Amino acid sequence: MAERVLMKGNEAIAEAAIRAGCRHYFGYPITPQTEIAAYMAKKMPKIGGVFLQAESEIASINMVYGAAAAGVRVMTSSSSPGISLKTEGLSYIAGSDVPAFVVNVQRGGPGLGGIQPSQSDYFQATKGGGHGDYRMIVLAPASVQEMASLTIKGFNLADKYLMTAMILADGTIGQMMEPISFEDAEIENYEKPWALTGTNCERKHNIVNSLYLQPDQLEIKNFERYERYKLVEQNETMWEEYMMEDAQYCVVAFGIAARVAKNAVVAARAEGIKVGLIRPITLWPFPTAPLAAAADKVDGFISVELNMGQMIEDIRLATQCKKPVGLCNRTGGMIPSPDQVLQSIRNAQKGVY
Amino acid sequence: MKSTQILIAGFGGQGILFAGKFLAYKGLVEEQQVSWLPSYGPEMRGGTANCSIILSDSPVGSPIITNPDVLVAMNLPSLMKYVDAVVPGGKIFIDSTLITEKVERKDVEVFYIPASAMAKDAGFTTLANMVLMGKLIKETSVVSFENNQQTFEKFIPAKKVNLIEQNCQALQAGYDF
Amino acid sequence: MAVVFEKPKALTDAVLHYCPGCPHGIIHRLVAEVIDELGIEGKTIGVAPVGCAVMAYDYFACDMIEAPHGRAPAVATGVKRSRPENVVFTYQGDGDLASIGMAETVHSAARNENITVIFVNNAIYGMTGGQMAPTSLPGQVTQTSPYGRDVKHCGWPIRVCEMLSTLEGPEYVARVAVNNVKNVKNAKKAIKKAFENQIAGKGFSLVEVVSACPTNWGMTPQKALEWVESDMLPYYPIGVYKDRSSTKEGQE
Repeated sequence: MAERVLMKGNEAIAEAAIRAGCRHYFGYPITPQTEIAAYMAKKMPKIGGVFLQAESEIASINMVYGAAAAGVRVMTSSSSPGISLKTEGLSYIAGSDVPAFVVNVQRGGPGLGGIQPSQSDYFQATKGGGHGDYRMIVLAPASVQEMASLTIKGFNLADKYLMTAMILADGTIGQMMEPISFEDAEIENYEKPWALTGTNCERKHNIVNSLYLQPDQLEIKNFERYERYKLVEQNETMWEEYMMEDAQYCVVAFGIAARVAKNAVVAARAEGIKVGLIRPITLWPFPTAPLAAAADKVDGFISVELNMGQMIEDIRLATQCKKPVGLCNRTGGMIPSPDQVLQSIRNAQKGVY
Repeated sequence: MKSTQILIAGFGGQGILFAGKFLAYKGLVEEQQVSWLPSYGPEMRGGTANCSIILSDSPVGSPIITNPDVLVAMNLPSLMKYVDAVVPGGKIFIDSTLITEKVERKDVEVFYIPASAMAKDAGFTTLANMVLMGKLIKETSVVSFENNQQTFEKFIPAKKVNLIEQNCQALQAGYDF
Repeated sequence: MAVVFEKPKALTDAVLHYCPGCPHGIIHRLVAEVIDELGIEGKTIGVAPVGCAVMAYDYFACDMIEAPHGRAPAVATGVKRSRPENVVFTYQGDGDLASIGMAETVHSAARNENITVIFVNNAIYGMTGGQMAPTSLPGQVTQTSPYGRDVKHCGWPIRVCEMLSTLEGPEYVARVAVNNVKNVKNAKKAIKKAFENQIAGKGFSLVEVVSACPTNWGMTPQKALEWVESDMLPYYPIGVYKDRSSTKEGQE
């Protein structure tokens, strides 16, 4: 086991990215993720990497697009309003099938919103954000250790499936410090014959492009892309189950909400309520299978979210509405307390969702 | 399962986050499970600042503290805001140089330490925070009082190592109070 | 039989989609000739814009990437910072570079990003069918200024070279035109210099090429070229606006 160090979640992402072989970072300052840029600004020049503060989020995601097309491991990070600006680039990156790694340390919205933790970009991350038929792999860390491990995983998945992997974190996980240990990063190497390297006058030119004026060609491209997405769904879905073996009620939560929910589950168990937790680690692909299986066993679900109820729609889809799904939420930068979640669990026991 | 939730609160600039960091690193050195969560944003620059530290012998669940076992208050607004949230039987540490009010609750243990005055008298005006940490360690034993020097070395940057000695003295002053 | 004229190697065999009389073909050719002459085709990476030149990725034989509208300098920055040994150029129109992409243009110039920017100014949005551009002249009739560009209502056209030359950053900023043989020859010299600067590591070089759009101007190709001379060039004078290394090259 490597030595334990105390690190902020944001710094853990930056350090993990470097260990994953990322040597190019393009970003624009925004709270509460600026530690990532600060860390990169300090480290990159010392290891032969590139840190560049762009003129805007729009420019930074397009620098990511260019660098990804050139075949290097590259990332950007931002928070909610900044991610909105990046969605144009995310759509182009998807349409051009190049790998990118993007971090969203969410804050309250909509609009300028606030700077306190939030999970209200769930729809934006999992359903699109940008225009067109596309998906991103969305990873939801619930600890500083996972900020690091999912970052390394994210770079590997992006290269493997030629798409964007996004860390969907929140201000709490970004700002908090916890002990973590960096095991040797497992860097998976994938050939990039499509990359812009210069033809050296030895091959036909590579074109990185998302424009297809012939609709039948664009349709074929989209079908191909969704075949790839199917593989991601089959192979890469991740979740954690906690006390689900005999559970009568199932709490579903990700990220910081899952940490709060876990406390509530422990407290409810102490009261004799058989409740468990399913924590999606990938939000796309969504862990449909364990939720569908749980729907045959439990009496009901409680979705705990830092938004007005976004993931709850995916829970209802996954469980095909076989059982009631209640919502326990705070929004705008507020975080539910374990007591609030516990009360929702007690209500569920009474059949109130 | 032993878990202690500590909330340190005061003004920005009083070393709230630093004091919390010290406790978190103590926990790390002692192989405890630890979380450290700051308030962040504009409030860091002169407004209210607070910091939540959880030290535990098992993995930390939520890092957010609603009902602290231990409250350290370095200004009156912070004391007013959190005094009723402290769990019955909890401990409250108050910088009595800055807060003259007394706590009315009878179900908590309250320690009044003139930390700012002590720090000023000893010649390290800005280290009232560490005076309070010394007393906190003495009264809670949440971490040991050994290896303070080594703990500081883990997070104080190399160019500021000269400050470690004063920090240790401030801790000692609080511990001995 | 001796070959006296051939297509530059840096152009593919794809048939250009441009309208009859459109100078984009000339400008593509100038860029390709320069790439051939400098022997850099194998290490050149081009960035295509959104606009009439969007499909430039099919026409240049080097590696190509198609950028979102206005973002070509940012995309080029990403490519160049990843592969500094390669030669990276953008090819952009006036709407792309001077309207939606102005921030990217100004900031890549301010950073003295070591890239080459070919900026084709024909005072109109061509691909979308002839709307007012940031460089449309006062009084110019377009689809979205049907009564002529009213500067009181929608402001004045932007002189990109003059503006960028106030920046400390860029190495080379020049305006050329392709409305007659002499100007075409000078345009090529400026484009060549803009590529040479990059190879020498000197930094950001932008060549504004004053061009024509017979289709959307509603003119014959010949008349359009005359309009460049009579109306465009007085507002957009040919010249070198900034040249850090020497002041006279790139123009006769």
